[in-house]
Amino acid sequence: MQKALSKRKYVIVLIFYITGILFVMRLFYIQIIDRSYLLSANSNVLRHITQYPARGLIYDRKGKLMVYNEATYDLMVIPRQVKNIDTLELCRLVGIDLPTFRDRMKKIREYSVYRPSVFEKQISKEAYGFLEEKLYKYQGFYVQPRTLRKYGKPIAAHTMGYVGEVSPDICESDPYYKSGDYIGISGIEKSYEENLRGHKGAKIIMVDVFNREKGSFQDGKYDTIAEMGKNLYASLDMEIQEYGELLMTNKKGSIVAIEPSSGEILALVSSPTYDPNLLVGRVRSFNYNILAQDSLKPLFNRALQATYPPGSTFKLVHALVGLQEGVLNLQTRYGCSMGYSFGSVHVGCHAHGGPLDLIGSIAISCNAYYCNVFRTILDNSEFPNQAEGYRTWRNYVTSFGFGSRFDTDIPNVLSGFIPRNEYFDKYYGKNRWKFLTIISLAIGQGEILTTPLQLANLAATMANRGYYYTPHIIKAVGDLNHQQEKYREKHTVPISRQYFEMVVEGMYQVVEYGTAHYYKMDSIPICGKTGTAQNPHGKDHSIFIAFAPKDNPKIAISVIVENAGFGATWAAPIAFLMIEKYLKGSIAKKEVEERMINGNLMNVK
Amino acid sequence: MREERNIFRNIDWILVFLYLALVVIGWINIYAAVYNEQHGSILDFSQRYGKQMVWIITSIVIALILLMMDPKVFTAFSYFFYGISVLSLLVVLLIGKEVSGSKSWIDLGGFDLQPSEFAKIGVNLAVARYLSTLNIRMEDFRTKVNTFMLIGIPAILILFQDDTGSALVFSAFIFVLYREGLSGNVLIIGALVIVLFVVALMINKWIIISLLGVVAVVWFFLIKKNRRDVISLLGLFVLVAGFVYSVDFAFHNVLEDHQKQRINVLIGKETDLKGAGYNVNQSKIAIGSGRFFGKGFLEGTQTKYNFVPEQSTDFIFCTVGEEHGFVGSVIVIGLFVGLFVRLVNAAERQRSGFARIYGYGVASILFIHFLINIGMTIGLAPVIGIPLPFISYGGSSVFAFTILLFIFIRMDANRLQLV
Repeated sequence: MQKALSKRKYVIVLIFYITGILFVMRLFYIQIIDRSYLLSANSNVLRHITQYPARGLIYDRKGKLMVYNEATYDLMVIPRQVKNIDTLELCRLVGIDLPTFRDRMKKIREYSVYRPSVFEKQISKEAYGFLEEKLYKYQGFYVQPRTLRKYGKPIAAHTMGYVGEVSPDICESDPYYKSGDYIGISGIEKSYEENLRGHKGAKIIMVDVFNREKGSFQDGKYDTIAEMGKNLYASLDMEIQEYGELLMTNKKGSIVAIEPSSGEILALVSSPTYDPNLLVGRVRSFNYNILAQDSLKPLFNRALQATYPPGSTFKLVHALVGLQEGVLNLQTRYGCSMGYSFGSVHVGCHAHGGPLDLIGSIAISCNAYYCNVFRTILDNSEFPNQAEGYRTWRNYVTSFGFGSRFDTDIPNVLSGFIPRNEYFDKYYGKNRWKFLTIISLAIGQGEILTTPLQLANLAATMANRGYYYTPHIIKAVGDLNHQQEKYREKHTVPISRQYFEMVVEGMYQVVEYGTAHYYKMDSIPICGKTGTAQNPHGKDHSIFIAFAPKDNPKIAISVIVENAGFGATWAAPIAFLMIEKYLKGSIAKKEVEERMINGNLMNVK
Repeated sequence: MREERNIFRNIDWILVFLYLALVVIGWINIYAAVYNEQHGSILDFSQRYGKQMVWIITSIVIALILLMMDPKVFTAFSYFFYGISVLSLLVVLLIGKEVSGSKSWIDLGGFDLQPSEFAKIGVNLAVARYLSTLNIRMEDFRTKVNTFMLIGIPAILILFQDDTGSALVFSAFIFVLYREGLSGNVLIIGALVIVLFVVALMINKWIIISLLGVVAVVWFFLIKKNRRDVISLLGLFVLVAGFVYSVDFAFHNVLEDHQKQRINVLIGKETDLKGAGYNVNQSKIAIGSGRFFGKGFLEGTQTKYNFVPEQSTDFIFCTVGEEHGFVGSVIVIGLFVGLFVRLVNAAERQRSGFARIYGYGVASILFIHFLINIGMTIGLAPVIGIPLPFISYGGSSVFAFTILLFIFIRMDANRLQLV
């Protein structure tokens, strides 16, 4: 009996072995075959924390800080990890009510339960201090330090642009950006986004079941350090930028100042403007809506995007083309009897002595003279017809940068408009248009449109006597001595320097005794040209372009004051003040300055 | 003197080695499970590994004392120990302190005694004593009743403490009784009952009953058709169908919600990873993420950062799996299976029935713990909170398992002497 029963040992031992083998097989499955447990373990314990680099700073051309960063904190949430939290207390800390909380969590969950989302942007410093202490109680929540832009002086808003949250479209197309990231949306912030943003780093930390930090994963072997964005050195001079904005107070219009020898933009004023600090952080969308609805369009960058007929400033171009084409010389004179008449067409002019030679025609800005010059250019016997003459003329004009966009670093630069032959062919019919049809082009009116930036570039080209550098806003990236190479390319106008000298002499006389002599400064030899852009909607726009000093020029400028009438009345004195401020540092005639600052042309139509 | 030397010469050193190996592995894993940098010292008695160290050393002292005792004491006092065990289980019901739902602890001032751990020893001694008594035969109905009483009384008392796990451990004696002559059908029926139980919960009861009907009809055509066979076939069908039906009924009307959930999680009907399934899921994640060689000592993240609950007691095997991988897990399983087989072999070589039965009892009790505990951590058994012998943290459990094992080692050392 015992003998038989002792055989039962084998059954029992077999059960032991089978159990052991079953366990080993099961372990083989979950530890070696099925990889999902490893992934779950990592998602349990590893947190990928994005290290946001500080955005690059922006300095002016003299190394003065224009744009810097200020620390703020975003409250982040990973919905999957949220459990057993005191919702009411959290609502109180953040300053929202319960329905808002539920609403937000719902939206965040719809985006992703696993990925971190911003729960509350830019929480207050007090809330941050409090949360920092209590955060362990709120599983699934953590605080992410971020930076916000801060502007030392409320100037150059349009140029600087603004930073905002990245749109879902960009998020999808560019893997660098994650929902809630910031991106430059306009201005320099947009065009230099890649330099400014730096490089995000990632820190992998381990957390316990209560979401408490437990140190870095594998001693930080897989961490990457955030790289700060590159600093930018703007070509702007803060001082005259600020001064320009001051002068344009209560006026619509723009000032563009360029250093002719480099193409660097010294000042880019669009008025009315706004304080760039308004478009930062949580108040941004609120303020943006107010600004966007303002009838004065403060968000509109007139210096780059407003297009005006260049008016009489364009006579400089006509003169140069005429000289180069050999249909005009210093001694050419045309009479003027209060304008130019041909058949039924009449172009008016103001009263002046005559007949004028080339210099005089520029100084006095005689319309009849330029109708004749334009006619001789088109009538040139070298061409079979006037259309071909126009084509040649247009080629000269576009070589100044008119009619096309500058390939530059400021976004949203417009091209203006210099009509092609085809345009007139379509409008009037082929061979059905001639000089008289388009005679208003002779005095810078009609179809042609130019931007204030292009007019400033014209001034710079005059200053250089025949070439220009693409106007640009950023002098150097990273280091002030690292000048941007791509803007060192010289664009030469196919007109010889001697003709430029002649026209420049005319510009000098404009200020000496011509249309702009009223505000003449003895200390600085300024060359300029007045212009008046006819405005079908109201009072004409006042235009003035200039450069100074006459020899070895340091600044070229265009000023447009909308609805201000003749170029000489508002635009010229503002340009003079800018030049004086830039070259001398102070203003001699305070009364002019005061009159300009206090002038209110906002309500002139 | 001479006798003592004999004892140490006759000790089964393989059993002692397996015991020490498991205890040391246990301590290392408890250290890893509760490790944190602020409490680096291994002798920090405020930490669990410090306390466990104390208990292990105390256990070894107890083991030495047991080895020096006369083995006749165990036989002579087995009913006495049984009585004390039952008494302490009654006491705990009166003055016990409740920890996580079970009223199983007596506070002895700094040390929480868990009588249910020690009751296993008393029951094992009593069963061994009773079945080894002359003229007691397993086949007798009276013997069966008495044996089930001996086992059932403490088991029911433990059930009253709401400690289902510890009560379930007493089912281990089914192996002992089988060895001592209980029909082998008991094991087969037991296994069938478990299979049918699980199947009944997973599949609609009417489908199973129909399937059983089909089997019965096929059987009916295969067998010789005499009345007796047909009746017993019909009876069997009714019995099995009735069982399936009552399992379904009992499950829905008798079991409590948390018990239902645990079973549902196990059979895969419920995958609530945040609720009832959380423990098992986290346990599998910890073990599964260990891969082949494990993450290395103190490198485990799931256990150390508390993703796994009870990581130093019931779920200690997670630390083994996570930090030492497949290799470490297989070693631990190998050590346990080796211990069980060695115990059974040692039990068979005993001259005295008492020592043999007791040895089988030790092997069976340890095996059931192993089966349920590791089965639970790898998702093969429902979540039942019982410790993994020698490995899990806990003074009562270390003491009780040490005493349980060393009583047998002491008797085994004496096996060559006449009873």
